Amino acid sequence: MRFAIQINEGPYTHQAADTAYQFAKAALAKGHEIYRVFFYHDGVNNGTRYTVPPQDDRNLQKLWSDLAEAHKLDLVVCIAAAQRRGILDANEAKRQGKDGDNIAPGFRISGLGQLIEAGIQADRLVVFGD
Amino acid sequence: MSTLHTVNKSPYERNSLTSCLDHLTAGDRILLIEDGVLAARKGGAFAQALQDAKGACAIYALGPDLSARGIGQSDLVEGIETVDYGGFVDLAADATRVCAWL
Amino acid sequence: MSDEQKRKTFLYLNRRAPFGTIYALESLEVVLIGAAFEQDVSLAFIDDGVFQLMNNQDATAAGMKTFSKIYRALGDYEVRKLYVEKESMDLRGLTLDDLMPITYEDENEDYAEKPSIIVINKSEMAGLIASQDVILSF
Repeated sequence: MRFAIQINEGPYTHQAADTAYQFAKAALAKGHEIYRVFFYHDGVNNGTRYTVPPQDDRNLQKLWSDLAEAHKLDLVVCIAAAQRRGILDANEAKRQGKDGDNIAPGFRISGLGQLIEAGIQADRLVVFGD
Repeated sequence: MSTLHTVNKSPYERNSLTSCLDHLTAGDRILLIEDGVLAARKGGAFAQALQDAKGACAIYALGPDLSARGIGQSDLVEGIETVDYGGFVDLAADATRVCAWL
Repeated sequence: MSDEQKRKTFLYLNRRAPFGTIYALESLEVVLIGAAFEQDVSLAFIDDGVFQLMNNQDATAAGMKTFSKIYRALGDYEVRKLYVEKESMDLRGLTLDDLMPITYEDENEDYAEKPSIIVINKSEMAGLIASQDVILSF
């Protein structure tokens, strides 16, 4: 089965990103494919590399980046939602005249079309939010 | 052809569970996750509603979310099955579509 | 776009009022972008989602963008099925008269203007949900 995942909330404040991560991990362990993980609304905040969570707790950004690397996952941060909330890659920072970027490894910024395309191409779309 | 409905909010906080229960088709399945598992405690205000829905639609609760919140198997409304994340994946794969009641 | 062009039914599930949170606005943005993919799109307004379609919205004094006119333009994007739940409206004391008049032009009937808002009860809404390929929740 080919899954697409939509995450609507940022890390820690809501459990959405955690549940989505555990779901993705379990799906991959069962041999399923994750077509794309699409981060929307505050979900884009999962894609910053500047978080420093407490040492004795999970590092959600690192978990996602590592999972993406291990399984070649496509982690997409919505550009419109990212612009509103200040998540940038180097290109966007340059384009918008900002003095830095903060996108985490394994995440890429792209358009909303990627969410629709994931809905079309995947067998199941699962949404995690508040 | 069936829908897996996920409910992630506490029914005491949000009307998502009630809305979900209002939009079921026989054969659908409901999976309580995150704070949604709080509905599954027996003796709670939503125990009856879940019992009523159970006939037509199987109800599941995510084990890790139950343990996180200190809810044991014996605390659950009768007939609610516990699944882990792998079980969540299986339920999503078995259904035709997933509907998230946020 | 992939070679094997699939046409799926997409349902956008809207259950929240506008302005208190961003979900109404940002879900609309998905609808607009999604229109380019020529899928079979329906919008469902349940619970507080029905408030998204209220007439006379004006967020000026609140310092926010009034985006309700986007709903009126949905017909131009071939999004013509806005299902509004009757029970949700009744509970909130709303009638069709309280909502924006949203229409589309039917090219099969000489571009006659037709209403996009379809009021259905919760049983019909359950049937709608059970008929869709993909459900997006916000």
